[in-house]
Amino acid sequence: MDLFEYQGKQLFARAGLAVPSGEVADTPEQAKAAAEAIGGTVVVKAQVQVGGRGKAGGIKLAKTPDEAYAEAKNILGMDIKGHTVKRVWVEAASDIKKEYYASVTFDRSAKMPLVMLSAMGGMDIEGVAKEHPDALARLHVDPLIGFQQHDARWLIYHAGIDEPAQKGVLDALMKSYEAFIDLEATLIEINPLIWTEDDRVVALDAKVSIDNNALFRHPDLAELQESVTDDPQERMAQERGVTYVKLDGDVGIMGNGAGIVMSSLDVVALAGGKPANFLDAGGGSNAEAVTTALEVLLSDPKVKSLMINIFGGITRCDQVAEGLLAALDKLGATLPIVVRLDGTAAPEGRAILAERAPDNVVIEPTMLAAATRAVELAKEAS
Amino acid sequence: MSILVNKDTKLVVQGITGREGQFHTLRNKAYGTNVVAGVTPGKAGQDVEGIPVFNTVRDAVEATGANTSMIFVPPRFATDAIFESLDAGIDLTIAITEGIPAHDMMRVYTHLKRGNQTLIGPNCPGIISPGEATVGIMPTDVFTPGRVGIISRSGTLTYQISKEIGDLGIGQSSVVGIGGDAIVGSSFIDILQRFEDDPGTDLVVMVGEIGGDDEERAGVFISENMKTPVVGYIAGFQAPPGKQMGHAGAIITGSSGTAQGKKDALEAMGVEVGTNPTEVAEMVKKRIG
Repeated sequence: MDLFEYQGKQLFARAGLAVPSGEVADTPEQAKAAAEAIGGTVVVKAQVQVGGRGKAGGIKLAKTPDEAYAEAKNILGMDIKGHTVKRVWVEAASDIKKEYYASVTFDRSAKMPLVMLSAMGGMDIEGVAKEHPDALARLHVDPLIGFQQHDARWLIYHAGIDEPAQKGVLDALMKSYEAFIDLEATLIEINPLIWTEDDRVVALDAKVSIDNNALFRHPDLAELQESVTDDPQERMAQERGVTYVKLDGDVGIMGNGAGIVMSSLDVVALAGGKPANFLDAGGGSNAEAVTTALEVLLSDPKVKSLMINIFGGITRCDQVAEGLLAALDKLGATLPIVVRLDGTAAPEGRAILAERAPDNVVIEPTMLAAATRAVELAKEAS
Repeated sequence: MSILVNKDTKLVVQGITGREGQFHTLRNKAYGTNVVAGVTPGKAGQDVEGIPVFNTVRDAVEATGANTSMIFVPPRFATDAIFESLDAGIDLTIAITEGIPAHDMMRVYTHLKRGNQTLIGPNCPGIISPGEATVGIMPTDVFTPGRVGIISRSGTLTYQISKEIGDLGIGQSSVVGIGGDAIVGSSFIDILQRFEDDPGTDLVVMVGEIGGDDEERAGVFISENMKTPVVGYIAGFQAPPGKQMGHAGAIITGSSGTAQGKKDALEAMGVEVGTNPTEVAEMVKKRIG
């Protein structure tokens, strides 16, 4: 789960990391009130989870509350790389002497936390890593021992952090690691971490990702989940406990198992179509699970045909077929549905559908044939 | 011949009295796996259809000589269960549980790599050596004894590919589901090495998916260390960056971990990669059929 900047900053503040004082605003009026409360020059920042906000005009300085009103009015509703701005963060402007970069990430390859620090902040860090590898100090942390002060000092000296800022950066690194552990984050990134004219070290941006598998231990963070999902189907799927990802095609896809569903998307694309989604109905695809999954799929108006791809293992295909019939009975869907059943009790499952399914249900013997048919039917329907 | 799970396996099941644990334990036993014990704290002295239940893994090992553990414990207790298995000296721990937090697995992995024990999973379907034994949740009907090894991050895709290969008259030596999480105890490389050392395996099918760099590293390992041919498959070409595709580990981060990147890396190392399960089966047939 990726958090918005404002949520990250609120968590930073709780962890004792210095951040500029700020408030969220959903309307220009709220932005104006926030600017009045903060006082002085403020920055109005679009809250979208995509890089390049500044270049897109989503970050503006405002010297007065009226200017904050005008900028917020301009930014709210703006489209930044396909993301609509629904909220802005208004914070006190900072006097920047220098921009650094600091992060704690979960390094999948090493299977350990990785702390990184650079004196070249404020820009794309992948670019810095490529062009100036020496400017990015990197240190893996033994998760059984934790991050120690000497680790932070090593990073500070190797990154070439300016002497007056060293103490502040050390404190920021220690608290970032603490937050990484406490929040069970997979990423804490501060870019830029600034050294101010009055020699403070402040987090000017916040990128925080939380491990979804750990949310059961963090009910306060789990509550944020709804606010970070803005697609209506994804939100519906989340509420019903369905594993769903929205894509932009017109062939709806459902299967039992993450691997086979990913493979189904690929096969639909190979057949010349565009998948509308990823949906894993899980192992026990009974009537209830199939109904829930279909409800989510059918709520997407872009879907023109469905491909249901089931490999029966412990799950029996005859039970999936019964589930599908019950779901169709309840939902009365009329769009073409291509079903492919393989594995345990597949012949029985196909027989049930051949006998009792409505005319819009088509049975195909293989994954490739099912994908090809679903793509054809989607094209015919549009 | 086979790897990891066979006639010498003496299985203890952690979480044997739960609904899923009991169901799959009995299925494993019916297939021929030697299930010697179960563990559920507080239920020592009970039995599950004749399989004795102990309070701790250590007790089970002392009483039965168990050398393999299967974990069916819910996510919030599973980390403790893995540590318990390792601390009891179990050689091979197979964690079926889905949903273990990544921070827990960082600690487990660091501890694991300081010793010589093996962990498969978590979030995996287990292992089957057809005709010998199965530990996990795989549908056994799909597999037949043979000489192809399969390693996969996905359960259903493994079944699909095994069945397609089976339909062409080719069976499996062992099938290993390594798990769909970002951190799993054994990587592709760990299992490739075992198949390379197994005289009963003539070819390996490696089923990967988006996320991480395990496939890329496996490609280098295959070209440098393996005589046994490997056929690859990668799922997730249509996956958008930053979205978790069902498995916790199936996520493209920035520009790394894409299916195309993995396919290219494997092909650059001379590993043939199929575009769909049917094509993978045909490639296997062409090599050894």
